[in-house]
Amino acid sequence: MTLVQNLPFFSIVIAMFSGIISSVLTGKQARNVSIGAIVVTTFMSAAVLAFCLKTGESYTYMMGHFPAPWGNEIRAGVLEGLTALLFGVVMLLSVVGGMGHTFEDVEGSKLNLFFIVIDLMLSSLLALIYTNDLFTAYVFVEINTIAGCGLIMIRQVGRSFTSAIRYLMMSQLGSGLFLIGLTLLYDVTGHLLMSPAKEAVAAIEASGSYEIPMLVILAVISVGLAIKSGLYPFHSWIPDTYGYATPTASAILSGLVSKGYIFLLIKIFYRVIGRENVINSRIVNVLFLFGLVGMIMGSVRAMLEKDTRRMIAYSSVAQIGYIYLGLGLGTQDGVIAAIFHMFTHSATKALLFISAVGLYEVSGDKKDYLSLRGAGYRNPLAGIGFTVGALSMVGFPMLSGFISKLLFASSALESPHKMLPTLIGLAVSTVLNAVYFLRLVTTLYSPATAGALVGEVRKRTRAAHWMLGGATCCFILLNLILGSFSQPVVRAIAEGLAMFE
Amino acid sequence: MVSHLFSNIEETVAVILFGIGFTMLLLHRNLIKKILGMNIMDTAVYLFLAAKGYISGRMVPIVVDGVQDTSAYINPVPSGLVLTGIVVSVSSTALLLALVIRIYGRYHSLDLDEILMKVKKEERS
Repeated sequence: MTLVQNLPFFSIVIAMFSGIISSVLTGKQARNVSIGAIVVTTFMSAAVLAFCLKTGESYTYMMGHFPAPWGNEIRAGVLEGLTALLFGVVMLLSVVGGMGHTFEDVEGSKLNLFFIVIDLMLSSLLALIYTNDLFTAYVFVEINTIAGCGLIMIRQVGRSFTSAIRYLMMSQLGSGLFLIGLTLLYDVTGHLLMSPAKEAVAAIEASGSYEIPMLVILAVISVGLAIKSGLYPFHSWIPDTYGYATPTASAILSGLVSKGYIFLLIKIFYRVIGRENVINSRIVNVLFLFGLVGMIMGSVRAMLEKDTRRMIAYSSVAQIGYIYLGLGLGTQDGVIAAIFHMFTHSATKALLFISAVGLYEVSGDKKDYLSLRGAGYRNPLAGIGFTVGALSMVGFPMLSGFISKLLFASSALESPHKMLPTLIGLAVSTVLNAVYFLRLVTTLYSPATAGALVGEVRKRTRAAHWMLGGATCCFILLNLILGSFSQPVVRAIAEGLAMFE
Repeated sequence: MVSHLFSNIEETVAVILFGIGFTMLLLHRNLIKKILGMNIMDTAVYLFLAAKGYISGRMVPIVVDGVQDTSAYINPVPSGLVLTGIVVSVSSTALLLALVIRIYGRYHSLDLDEILMKVKKEERS
């Protein structure tokens, strides 16, 4: 065993311990520890990715001293490394970009708590990505939920308390369903580790027994994780949660947290239940339908929204719909498209939330359309960042959103029954996306009316401007890289999915 | 069919309790009752696990009297899972209760609809 193979475990532990250490540090020290932890774990994820690409196979890492069917395991492959790398980069940029507002929104004495929550979030995301054990996944799902709730309520205003409680209630519904699903699965298979559980599931399917319990397990786990990631009919908590949290929290919650659950769902589909069984159970059709409805309804609600942050949040509902649509297609290419869109959405939505902050700063902290008129001139970099993000969401060539839409459309061609609804859904949703995003971009670049507040720039956040600008630039670059050099990424996703089987 | 339900009475009760807790958490307007619902839901899962892990006529998996034979003991994994699950649900209950205290101190109500209305009123003013 080489040193690199230890890194997934090290990265989880480093993130967790930096959270523990931060509890006795001051706010600024905690910030430095937190950023250090994110940078170190991101480099570790990159090393894991490089190692797995070089050797061309995944590996499992035994935790404790009990071998496979009993002990706990970590598993790393190309897809795990790639996801962890991208999550780390997005997290770093979100934390750095929203720093000025974090220091403003969070009480000074509670600043270190914010960074503890960030560290916990990082470790739970990494653990969700790397774990090979179902119950460990459940525990880290709960840690993720609690950390997410902390991120929302750290900004102590009325709206954030109510959105935190709604978030926690919905998440608990999801976790409860996920837990009972795991329990049933354990009872049927007798295993909690993914690989032996998959063998047991294959034996059960071959013998044709436990047909109804297997369907219930699949349905309950899918619905549980769908609630937690905010698929359409369960999206009611999204706009408040993303719309009223501090910008870093909005970017992390919409860009990363929901994706962690989707990644876990894909992992369970491939590594426990088996892809064939998932397709045969027709549960994919339900996900497909919800995804399709979500794509349209999320966009419609976004169009009707006056507050731009809530608009971006509703757009997340639509994008989550795209991802579930890809999963619902049931083909290998559909899942590749879904995972690529997961990456696209992480990079783009975080860019939108972070660059929108720059626009609000120069518009007297107002968030409605009217006040943002001409903001693109007052803060050029934030304007460009927002425009790039909006164009990427709409699907402009060169940007990552275009590639994911292309992947969705081409993968739809392979499944004859779902081809037409997918293509029509994509077309309608793209038009709706274009309507509300381009309306906002046009507003940003139209001259300010006499009544609007102009030039009321906040002085305090000025010091952190270079961070905001730097993060925006990096996000734009990330979008361009994902859009222009998509082939290696798509190949790596395909290779990683092949390792899942 | 009904006889199956009676022969697996613990599991039947667990699923019914899960349903009760889930519905309470989803539909009740009172925040404290929502939290109670969440606890009922989680406890139902633990009942299910404990019932599944128990093998009639065997002992708790703690070695006393030097009996090493595995056939003398029940499966210890479900018990471990129940303990882990209890830790998780206690921490999320604590967080929820703390949040409810903050909300009650601010809006003097436990009714979620009423609180949301007050929040909206507060924002408009």
